[in-house]
Formats: sequence, structure tokens, C-alpha cells
Amino acid sequence: MTDLVRTEGDNLPPARSLLPDAETRMRRRKWRMVRDGISRWGITAAGFGVIFSLTLIFAYLFYEVAPILRGAQVSPQIEYDMPGLAEGATVSHLVMERYRTLGAMYADDGMVTFFEMTDGTVRTAFPTEFPVGTQSTSFAAAEPTLNITAYGLSNGQAMVLQHDYEISFPEGNVRHIEPQILYPFGEDPITLDEQGQPLELLAVQKTDRGASRLGLAGVTADERLLLAILSTQENMMTGEVTVSSNRFTLPEIPGTPVKLLLDKGLRNLFVATDDGMLHYYDVSSPAQARLVNSLDVGEGEAITAMDFLVGSISVITGTADGRLMQSFVVRDAANERTLRSVRTFDQHPGAIRVITPEYTRKGFIVGDETGTLGIHYGTSSRTLLKKSMYENAVENIAIDPRVRALLTVGETGRVQVSTLWNQHPQLSFKALWNRVWYEGQAEPEFTWQSSAARDEVESKFSLAPLTLGTIKAAFYAMLFAMPLGLLGAIYTAYFMTPKLRGAVKPVIEVMEALPTVILGFLAGLWLAPFLESHLPAVFAILIFMPLSMIGMAALWKFAPGPLKRIFPAGWEFVVVIPIILLIGWLSVYTSPFVEIAFFDGSMRQWLTDNDITYDQRNALVVGIAMGFAVIPTIYSIAEDAVFNVPKHLTQGSLALGATSWQTVVGVVIPTASPGMFSAIMIGMGRAVGETMIVLMATGNSPIMNFNIFEGMRTLSANIAVELPETAVGSSHFRILFLAALVLFVLTFVLNTAAEIVRQRLRRKYSSL
Amino acid sequence: MKNWFRSGTPWIWLTGGAVALSLVMVIGVVGLIAVRGLSHFWPAPVIAVEIENLQTGEMRRVLGQISRSETVPAQVAADAGNYIPEDRFDTLVTRYLFKVGNRDQMGADFVWHTDLGMGEFAYPDQALVLERREWGDFFGYPEALLVDGEEVLTADDPDFLSELQDLVERSLTLHDDIRRIERGEVGEINRQLEQLRRDLRRLDINNVTGNARAEEEARVAAERARLDAEYDVLRAELDVLYASTRRDTLRMRMSDDRTVSIPLAQIMRVTQPNNMSVPAKMAEYADRFWTFVSSEPREANTEGGIFPALFGTVTMVMVMSVMVTPFGVLAAIYLREYAKQGPITRAIRISVYNLAGVPSIVFGVFGLGFFVYFLGGNIDQLFFPEALPRPTFGSPGLFWASLTLALLTLPVVIVSTEEGLARIPSTIRQGSLALGATKSETLWKVVVPLSTPAMMTGLILAIARAAGEVAPLMLVGVVKLAPSLPIDGNFPYIHLERQFMHLGFHIYDVGFQSPNVEAARPLVYATALVLILLIIVLNLTAISIRNHLREKYRSETD
Repeated sequence: MTDLVRTEGDNLPPARSLLPDAETRMRRRKWRMVRDGISRWGITAAGFGVIFSLTLIFAYLFYEVAPILRGAQVSPQIEYDMPGLAEGATVSHLVMERYRTLGAMYADDGMVTFFEMTDGTVRTAFPTEFPVGTQSTSFAAAEPTLNITAYGLSNGQAMVLQHDYEISFPEGNVRHIEPQILYPFGEDPITLDEQGQPLELLAVQKTDRGASRLGLAGVTADERLLLAILSTQENMMTGEVTVSSNRFTLPEIPGTPVKLLLDKGLRNLFVATDDGMLHYYDVSSPAQARLVNSLDVGEGEAITAMDFLVGSISVITGTADGRLMQSFVVRDAANERTLRSVRTFDQHPGAIRVITPEYTRKGFIVGDETGTLGIHYGTSSRTLLKKSMYENAVENIAIDPRVRALLTVGETGRVQVSTLWNQHPQLSFKALWNRVWYEGQAEPEFTWQSSAARDEVESKFSLAPLTLGTIKAAFYAMLFAMPLGLLGAIYTAYFMTPKLRGAVKPVIEVMEALPTVILGFLAGLWLAPFLESHLPAVFAILIFMPLSMIGMAALWKFAPGPLKRIFPAGWEFVVVIPIILLIGWLSVYTSPFVEIAFFDGSMRQWLTDNDITYDQRNALVVGIAMGFAVIPTIYSIAEDAVFNVPKHLTQGSLALGATSWQTVVGVVIPTASPGMFSAIMIGMGRAVGETMIVLMATGNSPIMNFNIFEGMRTLSANIAVELPETAVGSSHFRILFLAALVLFVLTFVLNTAAEIVRQRLRRKYSSL
Repeated sequence: MKNWFRSGTPWIWLTGGAVALSLVMVIGVVGLIAVRGLSHFWPAPVIAVEIENLQTGEMRRVLGQISRSETVPAQVAADAGNYIPEDRFDTLVTRYLFKVGNRDQMGADFVWHTDLGMGEFAYPDQALVLERREWGDFFGYPEALLVDGEEVLTADDPDFLSELQDLVERSLTLHDDIRRIERGEVGEINRQLEQLRRDLRRLDINNVTGNARAEEEARVAAERARLDAEYDVLRAELDVLYASTRRDTLRMRMSDDRTVSIPLAQIMRVTQPNNMSVPAKMAEYADRFWTFVSSEPREANTEGGIFPALFGTVTMVMVMSVMVTPFGVLAAIYLREYAKQGPITRAIRISVYNLAGVPSIVFGVFGLGFFVYFLGGNIDQLFFPEALPRPTFGSPGLFWASLTLALLTLPVVIVSTEEGLARIPSTIRQGSLALGATKSETLWKVVVPLSTPAMMTGLILAIARAAGEVAPLMLVGVVKLAPSLPIDGNFPYIHLERQFMHLGFHIYDVGFQSPNVEAARPLVYATALVLILLIIVLNLTAISIRNHLREKYRSETD
């Protein structure tokens, strides 16, 4: 380095400057500016990216939930004249198969025509061979999934048909569907009325419960109500099928019958009369069949259409003035089965002409006299769509089993093929949060039962029990955590010596880091059985623990001086620890004796005997375990708030002669109360969203009560249990997303409120 | 007294009691887990006892270890199905849970017995505890060792135990060899076969026809034949090894005098706890603990170790750290250094902070919907069409789990980093700027290095939170039993699409979904202990870094 030092008088040529030349400097300066810019924009981009991705959470949850709110959509695609319809004949029944390539039309002259959906060309037509000299006088279709239909004839007989599709793949992967008509109960007509009167009304149904039986109900021209039950038996050796039939004449109908329905258990028969009455017959033992009750569903208007929803429990009736009503049979308090009207739907502008149920859900499509099509849903009593499709009446409607398309035919014989979007009809605000009257239940209820054993049982999506469960868990947790957290915070911040505080605070804060899965497993596997067998101890601790602390305070007055010097003020809690341990041990130790002395040896049994349900994994366990998880949150924030109360306030209070407790109550708590409030809010937010503890420490049964000895199911635990097993995009899937969104918004609001309060408090402190 | 109450002294004690109670609970919980978890590995004495059934007068001999005991009112014991004589109601009975093992022979491996009719405990020196690959432990008295069906050594021989240990050692070595071949070499062949299948499938997808197709098909056929031949060789090798493991058996006598022959291939560990010195027990203890941490689970996770879960947790946390650190730090720098400090920035800051309080399950739901089904599904369509319909990234896996947890812990890192940046005295910043440094130079050469400890704290807290989080992972990638580790010797070495095991989920699964809760219970405690230790260590590190940092800047700014 020395040779760089130049002295005056050197005659060496002037050395080059060590600084880079101007051009390089310029270049470097530019480069530095570029780098500065890159860094600025890079960081800004990253910052925005992070903020964006966090907002994405909210946006995405909402995006997944949004389709719930959408109604149905029907867009007509193709239109043609009804194929295969003879002059003067009308359409009795219309169906569509699941691949939406073939439609089938039953005409009232007995012709069954299968046609291509795309252009209406006839694929195959099967004429039904009626006995000579008879014609059809009525028509009936069984449960849609059975594909069974029947024609009632003018001689008191009925023909039972079944359409079927044979699917083959003749050339690789192109599907070919071959329609056929079968006669599952023989090609001969079945005699329903032995007097040979024409059958004016007909109902057909098949049951597979027990032996396969066919039920046929009919009303003759002279208004006799008849029922025939046919059972088939296959001979094991020959494979020959024999049909045996029993015929019954049922009690008289009070009125002129217009519609007739038989349920698929062959137990309930429904007759609508022209005065708007719906009559319910119990035919479970047909020989003793009786009219149970009648409902005035038309209120003076005639019933013009009537059909079952899938499962054939609910009856939907449509009247001449366009009103729709759902009724079903309910077992009432006296264990008597009666028909009750359950709910109504949006009124149509004209008389209802046709009601077509969906195949797997409780939805149905309605067509009326003014050409309006309506899509409704039973459970949620939603009307998803009302759309004018024809100038004049809608004659008949078919829907495919997968609810993707609609086939409608108008009075003029025009057929329309439409695509259908109707993904989430069972969800509505009412269905999610109000009591819903489900099929077969005695009264409206809050029920969460997302999956059922059979397809046709409606899923019960009430968020009320889950929300109540969440509140219940959070409530008991806060009940446990709030006193401990807040009182502990006051003591640590105000009474404890700074050195002790530095040691105690981190220990309690470590609690916060304990994985909740560990707390949950301890609660479920250790605490729950422990509490069950030491119930008296819980109550003993609850009562004696605070008393013993105060008692210790009284005793401490008489403690010898040296002991007091070892544990001066600020060390009280150390003195209390042995008392806590002693009381805890005593309570547990004496618990069995208390049970023997007061509870006949088992307090759990005693509770059950006194009609208090006791689950081993209950709200008490959750309250303690989750309270444990929440204590450090509350403690830590509240402690900060109390500790930061300006010292001159408390010193002023003390100088005026207040005791330190009076200072706490009069000065510290009022000043720090917003901070304590925000601590409670944040603690609550944590309790509301906690998943693992609730999942492991409760029975996860979605019940609606506040009993401390019963469990609950919370929103969060429900998501954890059900989301992995649900189909992507299904209504259930979206409801779980809705639950997540509710949790998100709830905790976000709680935390924001707490944060704003806290910031205010900070400003207040600095101005004091 | 009234004055005393008015002075508030009792209430002060009450608040003190709240702190004391909280402390007792924390220490109690950690202590409970530590005691239960650690005692699992201790070779407990084997007890032989005769129990008279007071109802029928039958005598029953029980050989096993006491799992736990409790004293309850006789009524409770009666409700639980125990027979209580009339005169013993209104008294207390003690009941013991015996681990009697031998699940394959006796049905239940844990049995409750009340002390009614129970004889004296005896501690037979001979009693052996065999840890088996299947059916849990076996308790019994040894009778003889058989090689190829021939009795070679009886139990009264002084060298019996050491000879048995040697043979067990031999069968363990054989088992390791078999496993190495099956997992390593056969696994590799299977992987290549799957690759070939995908090559063929790709031909279909890309509509390759003619010569190119024929060539490729010929190549695949040749490869396949080669692999099949290789497999046959390995198969033969394996058959020899399997035959060899079946050579030795041990004849044992159970407590009810039935004898049972146990193939040594089934045995993993032999101990004679009643005949062990304390140092020997301690060695055994250390060995068992090591096995627990380093081996794989068996028997639906109720036996064996937790290595895959530990490994999965660590891998997941590492992948998460790689993602969360840069983004968290950059976002914090943006918020603190670049963003205009106004009401909008304040609102953003509050929102980001509040995300830390949003329930973790919500992040899981988001991860499943957005990452797994939306992003993953699209990635599969674009890059892995030949594997469809089997999803590659379109199903829960390590990468999505890490990403979800990264999102979850982002606020933690941001908050902590911002705090660190705020603590840097502005004089330092101004000094740097005054010397002519640009803003980015000041930032990267002065401010960021000074606040690295804060970032470290944030990262460690994030890791601690992520390691203990279970609820979101249940949705986005954790499984109860993963067939392979997420990192192995096959290209590309780290398999981000694989599902993995996790300590926290392991606790949930073993504790609550397992068919044999009693057998699983000690394992759950031990797993919980490992997890707690991991997290407490991480947290204490974070706290000490934070304190250290505070001290450092306090002295610099003063």
C-alpha cells in the first residue's frame, strides 16, 4: 500500500486514479439503479402475490359455495312433432333412459314407441295386444326406477308392462341401446274387477321386500275401489313362474275419485276426489283395509294431478288453480299413522296437468295448462325455475335418471328436448338453518345426516346442530379458560416480581405450542375415562379449589416470620401450589368413597338413573381440554394489556391510599379491559375453529342441546370427518365448503374486532 | 376478617392460585406424557399370579405384565361386568389390567382382573417375553429350541438364552436380506414395468402409428422380457432365503400349560425381564427406544416404530420452509419498507395478522379444493396424461400439504419478520443511505442481515406450528400408512406427489382408529412425547433467539 502514497515532488508519471473511469462509474451507477428497481418491483410483486394468494382463500371458498344459490336452468335444444302418435290418440306417459339417446312414449291406444331423442325418428314401436273388444280406459306407472307401467281396460282387466334397455358395444366403444317391452307378470291381462266393469282409475306398484309382489289398485266405472296383490314364485326345478293373486274390495270412497296412487310398500293407498280431498287408506293388511283420514288439499279446487316423489312416501298434489302441496304419512304421538300436509310450493298460473318426479332425489317437474314448466324440490321447498315452454298446456314431461335433460310434449304434440342444470336444489337458507320436516318424521326437526343407507332417503343438511355444537364447545371451553387466563394474567402482570414473571410467562406460553392433537388424545383416552370414574372429584375440585386458596391466604397471616421472608409478596402462587396438589389428590382419593356414600356406588349410573344422559366423551371433557388450549392465548394477550397499563396510574392510586387489590379493581382492570376483551375474542376464535380436540374428545354426534354430559359435533370436526369422503362438486361437498366459509368469516370478524380494539388501546396508553 | 376481605388479600391469592393452577396443569400434562411415554420402553417385570373365580371357584393362572391398575367402588366394577360377591358391595376393589399377550392363542391380549380372589404375585425368572412380527407379544416359559424339527437344546441348559438370542439374530439378518431384495430390487423392477406400461399408454395418447409404434412396442416387449427374467432370478433367491428362515422354532409353554411352537422368523426380540440386572434393563431400554424411533410400524401401526411418520413430518416441514421463508420475508419487507404506510396498508396488515387466527381446517379445505382438485387436476391433464385415470398430482400429497401449511404459517413469518424490521434503529438505515447506498443496497446489505434472527424466529415458530398441525393435513395428504417414503433412491429422489405419514396424524390414527386400543396406548404416549420434545425444543430455540435479539439491539441503540 505504501507505493500508492504519493508525496509532492515525485517525478513519476501521474498514476491512474483508483476510481473507475467516468464511463464505468456511469455504467455501474446505472446498474445499481437497475438493481434498485428490480429489488423494488420484485419485492412489491412478491408482496402483492402473497396478499393476493391470501385473498384467494376467501374468493375460492366463495366460488365453491356460490353454485348453491343458483336455481335451475332449462335450455330447449331440439323441437319436433311427437313421433308414432296415431290420429286421435294422446300421450299417457313419457320416459327417457339414462344415456339420453332414446325416449319412450306410451300412447293411450296401447302403442309404445321408442324414438331417437336427437331427431324424433322412430326406433321401434311395440303395440300392446289388448283382448278383443276392449280398449284402455286408464293408465298407471309405478316408481320410475322400476320401469313398470299398466293399462286399465274396459273389461275390468289390466295389462302390466315393463320397458327395458339392453346395452351392448357392437363395434368397440360405441354404445348401442336396444329397447324392449317385457311382461313380467305374463302377457295375459290380469283381472282386477271380476264384475268386468271398466277401470276408470288405476295404480300399479311392485315391491321386492320379501317376495316379489305386484300391487294393482283400481276404481271401476261404478266407483268401487279394488286392490289386487299378485305374487310370483319361481319353481326351483323347472324355472317356471307361477302367479298367484288375491283380490280385495276396499271401503267406499267418500266422493267422486279422480286420481289414485299406491305406494311401493303396498301399504298406503291415496285417492283424490273431485272436491279437492285426499283420502288415505291403510292397506297394509288388505282384508282389514280402512280409510284412515282425509286431507283438504284442494281447499275447494279439484285435484288435477298427483304423483309420488321418489321412494313413494311423499304425495305431491296439484290443483285446478295451480297450487302444489306435499303430504306424507306421519306416525303421530299416539303411534297412529295419519296423512299430514307438509309444505306448499310456488303457485302456478294455471291448472296443474302433469307432475314428474326425479329418479334419485326429492325433486319434481310440473307442467300446467298455461304451458309453464316448474322445477321444484321437496325437502327444501324451493321453486328452482318457472319457465313458459308452450303456448298452450304441457301434456307430459320426462326427465332422465341423471337429471341432465328434459323431454316435454305440449298439447299440440310438439316435443321439446332441453338440457337441464339443477345441481343443488336441496339447499336453501331455510333448509340449512330452519327446522325441516323430513319424510316419515313426526315433526319438523334440525337434523344433520349427510349420508343415508339408501339412495331414496333424503339427505338432511341442517347446519343448526353443527353451529350449536360449535357454540357449545366454545362456551364450555371459555367457561374454563376465561377465569384462569384472566386472573392469571392479572397476577402475573401486576403482583409477580419481574424475575418470576420472566420465568412463568414463557412456561404458560409453551402451552400454546402444544399440538392440539396431543391435547385431544389425552382428553379422549385419558381424561374422559378418568372423569367418568371420578365424577365427584370434578365437583369437589370446582368447589374446594378456590375456597382452599382463600383459606391458605387466611392461614398465611399466621405463618412464621422466616417462612414469610422466604416467600414474600409476589410469591403467593408458589405457596398455593402444594395446596392445589393436596386438594386435587384428596378429591380424587375420596371420590370412590363419596360415590359409595351418596350415589349408590356409581355416580355415572346415578346420573343415568336420574334421566341425565352421560356420554363418556362429553362437553365437560372438551371444555377442559379446549380450555387448556385457549388459556395461554387469553393469558398472553391479557397479560400484555395489564402489564402495559401506565405505571403512573397505579402509583397514583396507591399513593392515594388504595390497597393494591383496590388499585387493580379500580384502576388496572378498567384501563386494561379492552385488552382483556380482545384476549377473550381471540381465545374464542381459537375455540370456535379448533378441530382435533373436538374430533377426539367428543362422540361427534350432531345433537341439539347444551347438556354438559353429552357430546356435540362442531363445524370444524364435521369438515374433517366428511370432506375426504364426499364426491367433488356434490351438494354435500359445497355445504362443507360453506361450513368452512362460515368459520373463516366468523373467526376473521372476531379477530379483526379484537385487533382494532387492541390498537385503540395502544394509542390510549400512549396518550395517558 | 371483614377488613381483611376488603383489603383484597384473598382475591390476590385467588389470582395467584389461577397462575399456580395453570402451571400445575402444564407441567402435569407434559409430565404425564413423559412418564407414560418413557415407561413404555422399560422392560417391566413379568408377573405370575393365580386368580380364583369367586363365582365358580375355578382357578386361573395369569402370566403377564401389569399395564395399569385402579381402585373403584365395587358397584362400578360390577357394572363393568366383574363378579362382586354380595358382601363386597359398598367397598372398594382394585382392578388390574394385565397384558397377557398371546393374542393368537387366547383371543384377548389385555385382561382386567379384580383383586378379589387374587393370590400373591410371583416373579418367575424363567418367564420370557417375545416380541413377534404378528399377533403382538408372547408371554410364556421356554421349553426347547428346535432346528429342522429336531430338539437341539432344552430350556434348563445354561446357554439356552444366549443360544436363542444368536438364532434370533440370525433370523433377523435373513429377514433384512429378504426385505432388501423385496423392497429394493423387486421394487425397482416393478417401477420399471410401470414405466413401460406408461410408455405404451403414451403411444395411444399421442396417436403414434406405423413404424415408430412398432419399434417402440418391440423395445417395450424386449425390456419386459428382460425384467421378467431378472425377476425370476430374484424370486429363486428369495425362495431360498424364505426356506432358510423357517428352519428354527422355539417351543414355549403358556400359563395354562399348553405348549406352542413359534418359528424364530416370527420373533423380533427376546427378553427375560425378571432375570435382568438394572444396567441390562437400561441397555434394553435404550435399544428399544432406538428401535421405536428408527423402525417401521407393524400390525396396523399398533406395534413397531414411528420412523416413517418422523421422516414424513420432517420432510414436509422442510419443503414447507423452502416455500414459506422467501415469500413471508418478501411480503414483510414490502409491507414495512416499500408500501405506503396508510389506511390500506394498515388494513392489509391487520388482515394478514388475522389469518393467523383463522382455523387451520379452513386452510385444509382450501388446499383440498384449490390445490389438489383444481391445480393438481390440471397438472395431471397437462403433464401426466399417460397415468390417468390414476392421479399423480390430482390427489392429496406431500407438495400440496406443504403448500397448504406454508399458507397457514405465512402470517407467522410475516409478523415476526416485520417485528424484526421495525426493531432496526432508523439511524442505521439513515447512515447507510447517507453514505450513498441505494435503497435496495441498504435493505439487502444492512437491514436484512441485521434482522435475520427475527426471520429465523419466525421460521422456527412456523415450523413448530406446522409440525403440530393435523387437521388440514388430514385433508391434503397425510395417510395412516404410506407404502414408501417421500424421499428415496429412485429418480427424481424427492417425490412431491406421494402421500406421507405424520407424527400428529399417527397419534390420532393409532389412538382412535386402531383396532387394539390397549396395545396402541403406550405407543401413542411415546409418539406424543417425541412430537412434544420436537416442538418444545423448536419453541425454546425461537424464544431464546428472540430474547438474544432484543438484548443485542437494546445495547446497540442505547
